[in-house]
Amino acid sequence: MTDLHTHAEEIHEQFADQLDVSIDEIEERLDTLVNEYQVPISEARRSVTNSYLDEADLEREDIRSGGGGNETVQAADVDAPEEWVDMTAKVVELWDPRSDAVAQVGLLGDETGTIKFTKWSKSDLPELDEGKTYHLRNVVTDEYQGRFSVKLNRTTVIEEADEEIEVGDDSLEVEGALVDVQSGSGLIKRCPEDDCTRVLQNGRCSEHGEVEGEFDLRIKGVLDDGDDVTEVIFDQEATENLTGIALEEAKDMAMDALDTSVVADEMREKILGRYYRVQGPTFGRYLLADEVEVLEDAVDPEAALIKARSI
Amino acid sequence: MAATPTREVAQRVFAGEFNDATYTFKESDDDRAPVYVLLPTGERANRVFIVGTLTETEDVGEDSEYWQGRVVDPNGDTFFMYAGQYQPDAASMLRELEPPAYVAVVGKPRTYETDDGEVNVSVRPESITPVNEGTRDRWVVETAERTLERVQAYREADPTQEEFAPDEYVRMAHEEYEPAIENYRRLVVDALETLDEESQSEAEA
Repeated sequence: MTDLHTHAEEIHEQFADQLDVSIDEIEERLDTLVNEYQVPISEARRSVTNSYLDEADLEREDIRSGGGGNETVQAADVDAPEEWVDMTAKVVELWDPRSDAVAQVGLLGDETGTIKFTKWSKSDLPELDEGKTYHLRNVVTDEYQGRFSVKLNRTTVIEEADEEIEVGDDSLEVEGALVDVQSGSGLIKRCPEDDCTRVLQNGRCSEHGEVEGEFDLRIKGVLDDGDDVTEVIFDQEATENLTGIALEEAKDMAMDALDTSVVADEMREKILGRYYRVQGPTFGRYLLADEVEVLEDAVDPEAALIKARSI
Repeated sequence: MAATPTREVAQRVFAGEFNDATYTFKESDDDRAPVYVLLPTGERANRVFIVGTLTETEDVGEDSEYWQGRVVDPNGDTFFMYAGQYQPDAASMLRELEPPAYVAVVGKPRTYETDDGEVNVSVRPESITPVNEGTRDRWVVETAERTLERVQAYREADPTQEEFAPDEYVRMAHEEYEPAIENYRRLVVDALETLDEESQSEAEA
């Protein structure tokens, strides 16, 4: 029954850090299920694993899914949820956890960029310090609305690293013509509840119902260079710089017209059809505009002309 | 993210090529499926971005306002655009703007057949905004580059050659138009030369 022995070894490895059980003991339980009760090996393995999970008071996601070591990844490599990985990264920022279930939350960074991390309270892990670099073994990737993060869990091994990491810039730079200003742009109202900031639809927040909203400015625009399109969000400051319309002025305009849509209309006229270079971090499918440059100067046609004549 | 319908690129095309794009098609039987015009250089377009000189506006409507705008590119070729009650922003722009003026237009290509069986290509504008000369110049260079890319891709995929890299829209263009592809390269050279002369005479002045 070498087959059962192999399965027993793998299960043993999964629980090695949490439980004091021998390979023989596991093999015996598998053997009972498979040979006495005629249970298929996959089901037997599942049953035994679950009983050890109960015994160790663990969730299925807290144990390694396969044998052997994890892939060592960098922040920008993470592109799928629920993968077990190792990484070496610097704690770039720590944020205030919004729930007691979260011990620490923030941003990890390496040469390739940054990624959000969450450390659960129940995992009982040591504190991470901002600015320090760590080797993290056994973290699990996660995804929310196209954005990836890593979660530290009970089995995660944290070791402080000596090396200094230069955290890379995961921002994107895009050039193109602004071909659309989407709905939800201009003078908007946001939910005033703590930590909410959702944009109101007809005075209602999808989470908190009817609320007295707070005015804000933003633009959801589309940059297009003839090859690719990029959706860009301009926050209040970027919108003010881009359009020359400040929040107070926008409120006055809306008040005079008894209609907030006049603000977006005025903005469209000022910015549509112009070329911009925009730089900033990406969030899901959106680029958040940190730096915006209007491209208004003439460009030299010489290079294109040489190519056009040569082909 | 796969569920998000991806917005299609606004093609860059000179008027000389755009007005030859008389063949339209859909990619599916769905009533709401987008209508594409087929560019003779072998690319589909359901949106275009144009910057040029608005030379004339005219209300050609009978019962209600229906504005025609003529936008000319550096080769002297004309894009025609029509905006009525369903394009209120574009219509009011055409009503208010004083030609000549540089304008940027985002719009959908449309075709219609005249009584004598000729197919005319026009733009149904989504937006029209006044812009400066620098923006126009940038568009000319960008449109030249994109057009050259299409010309090169066409040549590589031209099915009349002994060896070619198959391309769906190049094949379609070959079947529908049998285009003289050299003409579209010529449009690029002419447009860039005009721009080059303009900038030189400005430098001398």
